[in-house]
This record gives sequence, C-alpha cells and structure tokens, in this order.
Amino acid sequence: MAFNLPTETAKGKVREVELGAGDKARKVGGENVLPFHLWEGEMPNRPIVAAEVSDEVGELVPALEKALGEVKNDPVAWAKKAVEEWGADAIFLLLTSTDPKATDAPAEQAAETVLKVEEAVNVPVIVYGTEDLDKDAEIARVVATKAEGKNLLIGPAKEENFKKVGAPAIGYKQTVAGMTPIDVNLAKQLNILLTNLGMEAEKLVIDPTTGALGYGLEYTYSVMERLKIAGLFQDDSMTQMPMLANIGTQAWKTKEAKSSEEEYPEWGDPEKRGIMWETITAVALLLAGADILVLRHPESIRLVKQLIADLSG
Amino acid sequence: MGLSGLDIFKKLPKTNCKECGFPTCLAFAMKLAAGQTALDECPYVTDEVRAELAEASAPPIRGVTVGVGDEAFKVGEELVLFRHEKTFFNPAVLGVLVSDDMDDAKVDELLKQANECEHERVGVILKVGAIAVKAASGDAGKFKALVEKVKGATAKPLILMAEDVEVMKAGVEAAGDSRPLLYAATEANADAMGALAKEKELPLAVKAEDLDKLAELSEKLTGMGLKDLVLDPAPRKPGETFKDLVAIRRAALNQKFAAFGFPTITFPCEETDDELYETALAAMYICKYGGIVVLSHAEQWRMYPLLVLGLNIYTDPQRPMAVDSKFYEIGAPDENSPVLVTTNFSLTYFIVSGEIEGSKIPAWLGVVDVDGQSVLTAWAAGKFVPETIAKFINTSGIADKVKHRKLIIPGYVAQISGELEEELPDWEIVIGTREAADIPAFLRQFSTT
Repeated sequence: MAFNLPTETAKGKVREVELGAGDKARKVGGENVLPFHLWEGEMPNRPIVAAEVSDEVGELVPALEKALGEVKNDPVAWAKKAVEEWGADAIFLLLTSTDPKATDAPAEQAAETVLKVEEAVNVPVIVYGTEDLDKDAEIARVVATKAEGKNLLIGPAKEENFKKVGAPAIGYKQTVAGMTPIDVNLAKQLNILLTNLGMEAEKLVIDPTTGALGYGLEYTYSVMERLKIAGLFQDDSMTQMPMLANIGTQAWKTKEAKSSEEEYPEWGDPEKRGIMWETITAVALLLAGADILVLRHPESIRLVKQLIADLSG
Repeated sequence: MGLSGLDIFKKLPKTNCKECGFPTCLAFAMKLAAGQTALDECPYVTDEVRAELAEASAPPIRGVTVGVGDEAFKVGEELVLFRHEKTFFNPAVLGVLVSDDMDDAKVDELLKQANECEHERVGVILKVGAIAVKAASGDAGKFKALVEKVKGATAKPLILMAEDVEVMKAGVEAAGDSRPLLYAATEANADAMGALAKEKELPLAVKAEDLDKLAELSEKLTGMGLKDLVLDPAPRKPGETFKDLVAIRRAALNQKFAAFGFPTITFPCEETDDELYETALAAMYICKYGGIVVLSHAEQWRMYPLLVLGLNIYTDPQRPMAVDSKFYEIGAPDENSPVLVTTNFSLTYFIVSGEIEGSKIPAWLGVVDVDGQSVLTAWAAGKFVPETIAKFINTSGIADKVKHRKLIIPGYVAQISGELEEELPDWEIVIGTREAADIPAFLRQFSTT
C-alpha cells in the first residue's frame, strides 16, 4: 500500500523582515510552513545565524578564549572574523560596556563602536543593550540617530521602555526586537503596543527570551512553537513576526557550559561540552521556529549552519 | 484512545451483574473509558467484543518495551505532535553502537563510557539506555561472542543488529532472556526475520529505504502476527530523516495510519563522521520524533547535554519540575556563610544556585517546598509565606550549621519580611535581590557578621 504523505497547508505566513540596508540587506521570515516542512510550503529565507560580538569582555571561558584569540578586545576585528572566517550571516553586537551596574560607558561611545562595526562588515547588524530599561532607551535613541537609514535591528524593547526604544527606530528607519518573558500573550501584546506606537509590523522581530538547555529551554521551545503555530494556522497577525533566539549569552552562562573538567570530571571534556550546550540549545530552538539564532562559538555557528543546509535539502 | 464510556457500554452485556465490582455496566464502562479498570474484570464480555475494544482503545502509537528488569525501557505511546498540546511521555532512549569488527579495547572503552554515564537532575536519573550490537563481520560466531561479552558487561537493553537471519539467531541465543530488540527486518529477509521475532516473542525493527516500502513491510509483519515493531526510515540523510519522522508521527496520530503506529529508531552515527555534528543530529531526533537514537560514542561531554535535552523536552508542561526541599551546599559553606531561601521550582533553583556558584562565595541555599512554583507565583498562591518558610527553617537544622542568624529572602517578597521576623524571632531577615542575576554583586557586599 502506497503511503500518502500527510500535508497541512497554513492560512498565514510569517512576515518578511529586512535587516540591514543596501548591499548588506538580508531578509528573514516569510515562511508559510513549520520549520523545514519544505514538502508542504515555502521558507523563502532560511533561518540565519548571527555571531555575538561584545564591546567589552571580562573573563572568558577557556573554550571561547581559545576561539576568539586576539580579537576579543576589538569588536571590529571580531565582527570581521565572524563574517569572513566563521560564515556568520549577521553580527549581534552586545553593548556590554554600557551596563550601569559595571562600566557604564556612555551611549555615545557605544554608538561609535556600532558605526565602526557596521562599516566593517557586509552583513546586517543587530544591536542589543544589557537589559537596563533606561540605559537601553538611551542607547536606542543615540544609536538610531547616528546610524540613520542603516536599518539596524535594535533591542531589546520591553513593555516598560518600548516607547523610548520604538520612537527613535521609527524616526530613523531602524528595526526593533521586542522582548517579553517567555509568554505567547505578552509577546503578542508588545507587538500590539509597538504597532500602535506607529511601528510597521514589517519592522518588528519577536525575542521571546531564551532559556538555555537545562535552564528553561522547554519553556522557550514551546512558546516559540505556539507563536509559530498561531501565526501560521490561526493567521494571528501579531504573532507573525520572525523570532530571534539569543542563545550564546544564556548557554555560556550555565555552569554546565563553563565549568572546568577539574570542577566536574563527570561531565567530560569542557570545550566540547560547552560547544554542545550552546549548539543543542540552538538545534532545539531552530526546530521550534527561530528565524535568527545568536551564537558565540565558531564551532556552534558551523554546526548550526550545517544543519540548516541539510534541512534545506 | 477515543472511545467514550457510552461507546463501550453499548458493547457490554448490560446485565448489571456487579461481578466486575461496579454497580452497573454503565458505571463499569465509564471507569474503563477513564482507564481506571480493565476489561478483564467483566467475565461475560465476548471474545469478539474484547478484541474490538482492545483495538479501539489501543494507543495510536504502540508502546514497545525492550530489555528486562530495572534497565528495561519503553518507547512510543506518544499522543501529540507538539509537547504543549499535552506532553511527550516516553523520553527518547540514547544508545551506543559496538560492532564485531571493532577490537576488544574499543568495545571495552565504549561499554565503559555507556556504563559510567549516569547523572541525577531534579531527582531523575539520566543514563545511556541501550547498547546496539552490530554484526559487521557477517560471522555468526563472532557476533555471538560479542553479544555474550556485552551482556556480561552491562545490564542495559540490547539492540541486535544483523540482517542475516542465521547470524541473528546466534545473537538471540547469546542474549538469552534479556528481551533484545531485533534489528532489522528488511524487504529481503522479512519472512525469516519476522518468523524469528514471532517465535521468540521479541520486538522487531523494520528498515526500508522509503516510506512506501516501510509501510508495506510494517503491514506485512503485523499481518504475520507481530505486534512490537520499531520503525527505521533509513535515508541516512538528516533532512530526509527529519521529513520521514514528521510524516510517520503525523500519519500515526492524525490519520490513524496503523502501519506507522510504532516508535522509531534513528542512527545519527551513520549520518556523519563528525562527532560534534553527530551530537547535533541526535539533539534534532530527540526533539522531533526519534524513539531510540543510536550514537557512535557515549562520552560525557555529549551524553550529558543530550540527556538533559530529553529531560527538558519530555517534561510535562502542566507539571513544573520540582527539586527536593532542603538546604543545598553551594560551594563549601561554613558556619559564617550566607543563608538564602528560595522556592523548589527547578528552574528557580537552577538559576539561583548557578548565580551563587558564579559568585564564588559559598552559601547555604534553602529550598522551600511550594509545589514547584516560582517565587512570585508561590507567594501569590499563599505558599511561599512566612509560616511555611519559618517551619522550613526551624526543621531544617540550619541553625546548628551557622553561627550567625541572618536569612536572605528574595527581593520580590520583601513585603513578608516583617511577618517572617515575627515567626522567626531569632533571625534577622535580609531582603535580597529581585533578579537572580544580581545575586553575585549582592553577596560580594554582604556580611554575616
């Protein structure tokens, strides 16, 4: 008996959102199928892998120290290396230096770094603050103004500061990532608030907050699946934004990824273990529906890109 | 699945004889539909009806048990495509492959890896679930010797891999009564392999190059009377394997396609030679519909994250994972170390303990039983309240372990500090941080003296 492949056709599709401008532009989203269900619909743009670059690093896990080498203190060189050698599709620039609880560098100074990095690479740039509501709003204003027309993806905008992050993005033609704490309705609600503010829905990305493997991954996984299903099968407009999974920071923060073999001999080789902690988090969220995956280690970038290629047939 | 109490009632004798222990046939039918009693309790139901009801109430994906005793595992019995719709039930089993063309040292090393890999997380024991023993040499004697060796070294369930039935027979003999999974029936050997599995009453894997052939073979084998099958769609190309696994799960659940109503087996070890990529593929199959996942090695660096992934994905979304309520030693705390309390929601515990550990300041972390809820939820539900916390502190014995009397509570429940001080008159209540991420900075400026 011949088997008939069961297919399901979605009513809706994820919005196509352009990141970057001019030659550097790249589209994400646009799919009308669940992740990689290419036999029943289309993913016109494959999920992209963004390399995390920080403008200030403290003590690094040895695996990352080794992978980064010289470039760890030079965000421009780091970004170039990530694009040219590691094959990153985008740069996720984390402005660690601006954290008011630490260095508290002025927004103007951070914005200079953003411009230099943007200038140096031929891929879209995502700019994130450190989740300090006031400082992030200030960074959004300064960065959006100075980088007018570059169409950066700026975040995270939260329910408490979305106006201050959203308004300059509208004025200076940037895209915004709205971040909510692992909840379908809150993600939807923030998109409604941002569009009511005047943002085009085509300029929004959902950051549903990433829980790393062993630290809430299952919550992010299910929230992403539910957002994707709501967008595709219920044609729910305010869930049809591409999704960003901010994996590197969360995965490398876990003790399982960063502890040495002396501390936990029963966990095995620390370098491979750290890479797999990040990669496995990414694999799960790729299958759950992430359109942008932010990763730190070059090996994780390689592995996730290989999987995306294999799943794309 | 799917049969209502009334559907079942129509098929019962309707004599209300009470011999089943229930007052009426209707009451019995309702209990049956709820899965709270067994049809065998009714002495008068006909064999015909018995078969009909058994079939109608069978899960859409059969549960298949491999192995015996404590180490036995069951895969299958899944009811949904997405974990948020209900839950995934029987976590993907990770296996490691040994082959009779490997030298002894290699086999010993792999078995050692498999045996040593055992971790506890949130009260769940995570371990390698199976050993796949492959007849690569084609020599029945060699295969038999390897099966004997493996069986002597581990109690883990075996997957016997041979396509030549004579070689398989030698392996089955060596496996004794350990209920191995036979791998695999193919188009070429289905009659003989099916007969062997039937005679020995063993579960049997079915391997075919495409889904049409897999469905045909599965139907042929169930036609021979076999019930415990495991499906291997064998393109050995990750993209196609993913597509096949989705198709099989969907066909079984949404179309009730009986030929695919079985768990699956995948072989990332045969899809790449790159150990890291092999591990990434295993992660994909844990998420998307792999029942058994066979790897080339079982080093801790790969098995631990994969096992944690299985734990995460197969956690019941409606029932939060809880850790044991007690004082945890983070680092090596002494009598002057800070004392903190939080709730027993596993995520809360992992994040808080992780931040304390990251601060490099040893501390005592008390975890209060609030039915696995987070701090704010438990407080709102009246569970993380002064009375409960005081009772926990007073019975925990922490007062004997530290000299000071300072208790740090989560910043989100600052409002209970006054009342808690009344409940714990000996203690000074200190309001900690709202966010776990701020704990290291807090602890660095905190002093118990």
